[in-house]
Parts: sequence; structure tokens; C-alpha cells
Amino acid sequence: MPDIRISKENFPGAIKQLMDRYRVFAPVKKGRFHEFALLQNVEQADLGFSNTLLSPKGLFHPQAERMFEYSLAREDPNAGILKEAQKDFSPRVILGIRPCDAKAFELDDANFNTESIKDPWWVQRRETTTMIGLACESPCSTCFCTSMGTGPFDTAGLDVLLVNIGEGYAARALTEKGTKVLEITSGCSSPAGDHLPLAERQQAAEQRIGTAFDPAAIAKKEMLELYNSPAWEEVQFACLNCGACTFVCPTCWCFDIQDEVCADKGDRLRLWDSCMFPLFTLHGSGHNPRSNKIQRVRQRFMHKLKYYQDKYNSGPACVGCGRCVQACPVNIDIRQVGQKMASPDCSCSI
Amino acid sequence: MDNPYLPYPVRIDSVITETEDRNLKTFTLVFINAEDERKFEYIAGQFGMLSIAGLGEIPIGIASSPTEKGFVKFTVNKVGKVTTYLHNMEAGEIMGVRGPMGNSYPWDLLRGSNVVIIGGGFAFTTLRSSIVYMIDPKNRSKFGNIDVVYGARSPGLLLYKDELAEWEKRSDINMHITVDGTNDPNWKYNVGFVPTVTKQKAPSAENAYAIICGPPIMIKFTLPVLTELGFPPERIISSLEMRMKCGIGICGRCNIGTEYVCKDGPVFTLEQLAGLPAEY
Repeated sequence: MPDIRISKENFPGAIKQLMDRYRVFAPVKKGRFHEFALLQNVEQADLGFSNTLLSPKGLFHPQAERMFEYSLAREDPNAGILKEAQKDFSPRVILGIRPCDAKAFELDDANFNTESIKDPWWVQRRETTTMIGLACESPCSTCFCTSMGTGPFDTAGLDVLLVNIGEGYAARALTEKGTKVLEITSGCSSPAGDHLPLAERQQAAEQRIGTAFDPAAIAKKEMLELYNSPAWEEVQFACLNCGACTFVCPTCWCFDIQDEVCADKGDRLRLWDSCMFPLFTLHGSGHNPRSNKIQRVRQRFMHKLKYYQDKYNSGPACVGCGRCVQACPVNIDIRQVGQKMASPDCSCSI
Repeated sequence: MDNPYLPYPVRIDSVITETEDRNLKTFTLVFINAEDERKFEYIAGQFGMLSIAGLGEIPIGIASSPTEKGFVKFTVNKVGKVTTYLHNMEAGEIMGVRGPMGNSYPWDLLRGSNVVIIGGGFAFTTLRSSIVYMIDPKNRSKFGNIDVVYGARSPGLLLYKDELAEWEKRSDINMHITVDGTNDPNWKYNVGFVPTVTKQKAPSAENAYAIICGPPIMIKFTLPVLTELGFPPERIISSLEMRMKCGIGICGRCNIGTEYVCKDGPVFTLEQLAGLPAEY
């Protein structure tokens, strides 16, 4: 399908047409911050944001999700037998997602959707979701996507790429799902013509983003050499183990499973968890393989920048969105940690 | 799509108190839907997630052998919320099981070799599964000599006492049962710690693999004995425990470096562990 243009005037109409066919999620300003939410009306959508406080991972992996429900009533013949909780898997569109956040879902797929084991809720949500991304032309000072193998115009995780071209948006369909949403909104669009300045805009956008560190240099190092480096002592010193970095991160997927009971009805829930918390690994016996803060801090950076690369023979489990840098109360900066890990003796002091 | 988080409903068929401290009970579970038993087809060394609605799930090694049909057995130590509740459940009650999970002992590799099994305390559950599997008439010829060193603090803390006595009588398996100490004048087996007894019995390392499961302190002092006997690290096999939630390599907590104990393990050779962070 050839590229199209949607003027600013027609854009709300296009969203409306999508809302007639899909559940549409878009950035909505709530209080001081933007977050991805189900649109109730077209006016709520606000694409003029630089980064949402939380990543959109909750759209695929909610912070709290009912997995199963059950009865504990004595007279119920099915008491104690778990049944799947009902969920809405009707088609939906995520509008205005950043290329880095969309790329993160591809990285998370390596965990949730494998050859042998598939997380049914993750897979169904991925299949029924169309992602309309918005190219990112005014990065935050904390952005480093280009160092992590993605970028402000990366189409890897998207079905449609939108580029803000002043008088409107240019739109490019990247997949069948993407072609379908552009066809649905074709009444609001016009052909883009030949001279969309996308390549120039992409180059300019990429130049606005600084270089952080080279994950390939970390991939080349021995796992145990990095694990045993004395540099972790310094990295972990200020950490409070608050877990904010893991909650805002689009590639932190770890979760807990808990049962909640009210009277004779119960739910089994899955809830975001964090490798920063000592309970994460505490055995029933009292033994804890990551009982010290240094072990937990090391686990987070090693998992993102080393273990993931080794396990899946790919780039790091980081897209350079910079949210953890912004959220950290003690200014631990993954770019500095990555530089240390990538430097010959992990000694780089910035 | 099959949901790997959904437990199969099972009925508790029997509960046996194994040890005199009453901390270990063996639960025999029967699948409520016959097709679930087929889906739960397992290999010795794998584990399952026991599920109790309203409380949660626990990862427990499978104590029954794939050669035993119609039920699945788990021996559970009472330590926390789920296990304490489970210990108070009775035959006839309904619970859930997910699995089987994990990689099992490497049976293809063990074929044609002598097997030395070393167990301590209550870490004898998947070893029981393995022994029952190996001495089954259909399988016994696949293996050479089978030596078993199994120790507990006292005679009353040994698991599966009736079966141990039966195995003692067999000629196709060399049992070396031991206790740390006892004042029972009728105790007819060994007295001494597992590393010492292993050294005394000195099972040959020739064409042999050692499978060792037990408390960390037992493993720590037995490994040098095995090395002295000539077992190289790639022929010493162990099974690890870890806190788990999903059991299928997704929830993220049971990793040792790149490896998830639930999916890539729980069985590793000493050689594999030497290449991973010592974080277990």
C-alpha cells in the first residue's frame, strides 16, 4: 500500500473511524503525566507527549491480572477447581506508541511466546492488537534508543508508522494489519505523493540522540568475568532497591502469582514483581540466593545487558527509552552502568 | 490454546506420614479427568506445581516413577503456607497439579552406564522416582550397576522405609543406607555421614555417572569424595531447588545467569554449574 497523508483536520475523524471498529488505546494526559488508556472520545487522544511515565507494557501484561477464579463453597461440586477468568480479546489499536516501546514488545516476545511454551494471554493480546506508532522527533535527554539497536523511526514492532509532517501525519503501512487500519480510515486520507521527507527526518531525529554504550562489547565478554567484577560494589552503593526502574521499564516482565479470597470466592492473580525485592527469590526454607542488595542490582543489569543477549543470541533487553534513568531516586544511570560493563576491565568511571 | 498456568484437578487418594518428626508426608494424587494423566506424562527428575485454591502453588519433585500408572506421588516437607495447609488435607479432597516441568535426569546419557545415586535427608524424592524407574523389569537391562547411598539424621527420618527394605533384599541394586547416628540396637545398616559412607563404599567411577541430591552441606563434602573416586564434573549430576511461580520459564525469578532452573533445569551437571554464577 502506498504512503498516505492525513491532515490535522481529518485526524480526529480517522480516530473516530477506528473507534467504530476497534478498542483504541492512545496517550491520554492524566494529572501531570501521559498514560496509554482506552479512548472514551476522540478529544482525549494527545499525541503531543515526549514519553509516558509508565511504559505501555501494561496493555499486554497488566500490573494486576485475574488469571483464574474458583469457588471454595463446601456445597459446590467444583469447589477448589480453577476456571479461566473471562477477558476481552476483541481487536484493538494502540495509537501513538513510540517505536522504542513497540520494539520492547518484540524483545518480550522471546520470553512470553516461545516454541515450546506460550503465555496464552500475552499471545492473544499480541495477535489482536494493531500498533500505530508515532515517529519520535523530539527525544528526551535520557533517550539512547539508537545505541540499543532501535531508533526514533524504527518500524520493527509496528504495523503503521505515523510521522508528524506539520500540516498532518504521513502514514506508512508496514504489515497486513496496518494496511487494514489505513483502509478503514481511507475516507480521511489522501495519497502522500512522492516527496515525503521521511529519510531526512529520520536522520535528523537519530542525530539528536546521544550514544550511550555498545551492547555488542558486553555480549563478547565472559559472563562470569562480568558477574565477578568489583565494579558492582560501586554501582549498587546508592541503590535503595525501590524497584521503580523495573516498574517503568518496558522489558521488565517478571511477575508474581498470588491467590486472593473473599468469603467463598477466590481469584488467582498475576502481579508485577521485581528482582529488586528480597522476597522475589526467598526460598521456603529461608535460604535466599540473592539476599544482598548487590546481588539484586547485578541481576537487573546482567539480565538486561548480558544474560538476555547470551540466551537469545540477540541484542540487549533494553530499548533505551530512558525511563529508569528518569525514575531512579538516586540517579543510577543504566548508560553509565552499560559503559562500565562494556569497558575492558569494567573500570570506566563517568 | 492450552493454558500452561491452569492446574489439572486431582483428588488426594492417600496421605502417608513418612518421618517420625511428621514433617514429611507423601500424597498420592489421582487425576479427575483421565486425559489429564496422559497430558502429565513425565520423566524421572521432573517436578510439578501443586496448587491449592485460595493459597497458591509450590514446586515439588515428582516422587512416583513414570512406570507407575494411575497416580502421581509427591513427598512434601512442611515449611510454609501451602505445605502446612496441604499437610492437614485428607484423602478425598480436591487440589490441582500443573506440569510436568523441568528437564529430568539425562536418561539417554545414562543408558549403558553404571549409576551411583547419592541422597540425603528429604531430597530423595526424584531419586526414588529414578530408582523405581531403573529397576523396573523393562528398564533394568539398560543400566549397569546401580549403587545407592542414602542417609538421614536418624532412622526415623528416612523416607520410603518399606521400599528401602525391599531394595536391600534385591541383588540388582547395591543399597548403602546410613544415618548420622542412632541408639537403636537393632539398626542393621551403616552409621556415618553420607560423604564418609560414600568414601568407604567407594563405588567405581568407571563408566559411571553420579546423581547427587541433598542438603548443601552434604553436597559440599561429598563432591571432593566423588572427585577422588575419579568422577569428572560432567559425570556428576545434581538437581537444584529455587523459588518458582510459573514453573515454565516466564516469571523471571529462578534464573542462575542465563539458565532458568524451572525450564532449563532443575538438573545440571557440575560442569554446567561451574560455568554459571554461584547464585543458588
